[in-house]
Amino acid sequence: MLRQVEGSKAVADAIAACKPQVICAYPISPQTHIVEGLSQLVKDGTLPNCEFINVESEFAAMSVAIGASATGARAYTATASQGLLYMVEAVYNASGLGLPIVMTVANRAIGGPINIWNDHSDSMSQRDSGWLQLYAENNQEAVDLHIQAFRIAEEMSLPVMVCMDGFILTHAYEQVDIPTTEEVSAFLPPFAPRQELNPMEPVSIGAMVGPESFMEVKYLAHQRMIDSLHTVQKVADDFEEQFGRKTGGLLRTYRTEGAETIVLALGSIIGTLKDVVDELQLDGHSIGLVGLTSFRPFPYDALDAAVKDAKRIIVLEKAFSTGTGGIVTQDVKEAISGMDINCFTVIAGLGGRPITIESLRNYLINAMVENIDCLTFLDLDTHLVEQEIMKERALR
Amino acid sequence: MSATQIKFYQVGSFAVGNRLLRDDERSVQSDPDRTNALTSGHRACQGCGEALGARYALDAAMRATGDQLIAVNATGCLEVFSTPYPESSWRVAWLHSLFGNAPAVATGVAAALRAKGDHTTRVVAQGGDGATVDIGLGPLSGMFERNDDVLYICYDNEAYMNTGVQRSGATPPAARTATTQAVGAHPGNVFGQGKYLPKIAMAHDIPYVATATIADLRDLEAKVERAMTMRGARYLHVLVPCPLGWGSASCDTIKIARLATQSGLFPVFEAINGEVVASSKIRKLVPVEEYLKLQTRYSHLFSPQRNDEVIDHLQRMANKNIERYELMGE
Repeated sequence: MLRQVEGSKAVADAIAACKPQVICAYPISPQTHIVEGLSQLVKDGTLPNCEFINVESEFAAMSVAIGASATGARAYTATASQGLLYMVEAVYNASGLGLPIVMTVANRAIGGPINIWNDHSDSMSQRDSGWLQLYAENNQEAVDLHIQAFRIAEEMSLPVMVCMDGFILTHAYEQVDIPTTEEVSAFLPPFAPRQELNPMEPVSIGAMVGPESFMEVKYLAHQRMIDSLHTVQKVADDFEEQFGRKTGGLLRTYRTEGAETIVLALGSIIGTLKDVVDELQLDGHSIGLVGLTSFRPFPYDALDAAVKDAKRIIVLEKAFSTGTGGIVTQDVKEAISGMDINCFTVIAGLGGRPITIESLRNYLINAMVENIDCLTFLDLDTHLVEQEIMKERALR
Repeated sequence: MSATQIKFYQVGSFAVGNRLLRDDERSVQSDPDRTNALTSGHRACQGCGEALGARYALDAAMRATGDQLIAVNATGCLEVFSTPYPESSWRVAWLHSLFGNAPAVATGVAAALRAKGDHTTRVVAQGGDGATVDIGLGPLSGMFERNDDVLYICYDNEAYMNTGVQRSGATPPAARTATTQAVGAHPGNVFGQGKYLPKIAMAHDIPYVATATIADLRDLEAKVERAMTMRGARYLHVLVPCPLGWGSASCDTIKIARLATQSGLFPVFEAINGEVVASSKIRKLVPVEEYLKLQTRYSHLFSPQRNDEVIDHLQRMANKNIERYELMGE
């Protein structure tokens, strides 16, 4: 049923429809409305047989999820920004133990300076954590990705982060179709843990693994992540079959047929970019768009197929690696190595800086003729930063 | 003890205990018919107080619950010496996650059991003093405050032994550790610092707080059993001497634990809902010196010359415990 609803509320309802058994949460903007919604649903009985635990930190939130998941319960939490960083030790532990926890990351910048607005610095910092990372383009996809995430996680026995842009999506009111519990149950079978803590069949989980076996354990995790490429796509296909919506999956192309220039991006900026691509095509430009849903696992083959006829790729990123440049760009370059395609990076929207159609259009017009640097910071106040650089260097 | 066959593997990581080894390469530790929650053959040091305490505590908990028990373990000696892959010494459903999160993981286990409608299986979490009073204090306090249905057992050997005997928040004054060396004007650990976790636990008004030592294993067992008759957050603080870290003879572990109680330095008591209800009386009061002298971590108090000022200070601490917890008398 279509409802005009806030993104966070829509996600809370979607999570409830997935019937998690343990939800734990610590407040941090812009994630809080999700768990507020869930606490209400647990307390008023809408979501029965679910324990809602108010914990004392994000580190505890992920730890409670670990204990719950290892005991065979479907576990969920949500966080953002500093909260994600505070739980990092447990984030790696969850994937290392192969626990299918689903977590929403309401993407937000990392301080300092403290900044509560949107970019992708938080989840990108967890690139190598062993979690799957799926990025939502809009609130409908955020809803659908969470439902798909539980199935992917439990099929692969791997944890999944669903990343949705903080404020831009979490606080936006859009028309969203939220499947009912019955509809979700038909898509998502009950959690059947691969192993669980059970006094009748005692297992030791979390043993110390030494040099003689650690490499093998990590290699197997690597292979499982690669195998999950198939699962992510298959679950999206199954979802489309049942719900009639094409959401999730590895990546989606938009007007890429014959395009010489392809823009690649993640998250809500894809919507804006679609408008820009439409405008530029109207003006006769040869440009298309690839929206990357699955950042981990990274869909090398699918990306190759999507861009094989292009001359250049522009990777738009809402995070970067200080001192080098784009983070997603590194993977894109790996994917297209050996192909005759140039790759450029544009960093945009850091700390909630609005990314306007006008700025994107101006940048892309230059990008299409490669009249740009390898690395561009969109709408950077160059006058200001040059002054600062001169001052700083003079003091050294 | 049940004859349930034990399996060894790590969830999802494919670090599957003995599964990667041929039958004839597997150790005695993998014999599924062995007994005890923590079986013999683990890699603890000779005379390890923690191994002894953990075995008696968990055995008692298993008996009290009819084996319907899940144990959560913090990182530390107990975890390292009991589960070097591909072996495990645990004959109980056992989960180790991290150093500082055992209370929160146990909360998650208990929540999962409730959500699944399992009101029979009980949860014990355990860790050393570093995991408990320092790095895991936040999650432990959270677990207390929510009154989660977990018995948390701290095996206190008064320093970070697994990493090489560094000072923890539970290290007593004057004790030498790798980070409080017996040099300078004030050798060993400083006075006036450290935290006494049983009182912090009592401040949460949780149903049950108790202390025990491995010098009185029947008392330890009785306290575990009593704790398992209750619901909610319960805390048991067990003094477990460490021959390696304390510089004591392996054969003196129990003797030293007894001297800790008989000197008054380690009060043994029980508290219900935040109030002390009983304490174990000292049978034969001894000066703290008798306790200190058996441990090289205090040797700087006796040579090259005797440091009466510090020894007296420690004696006053013991005297204060004797008064506060009413350790003398019937």
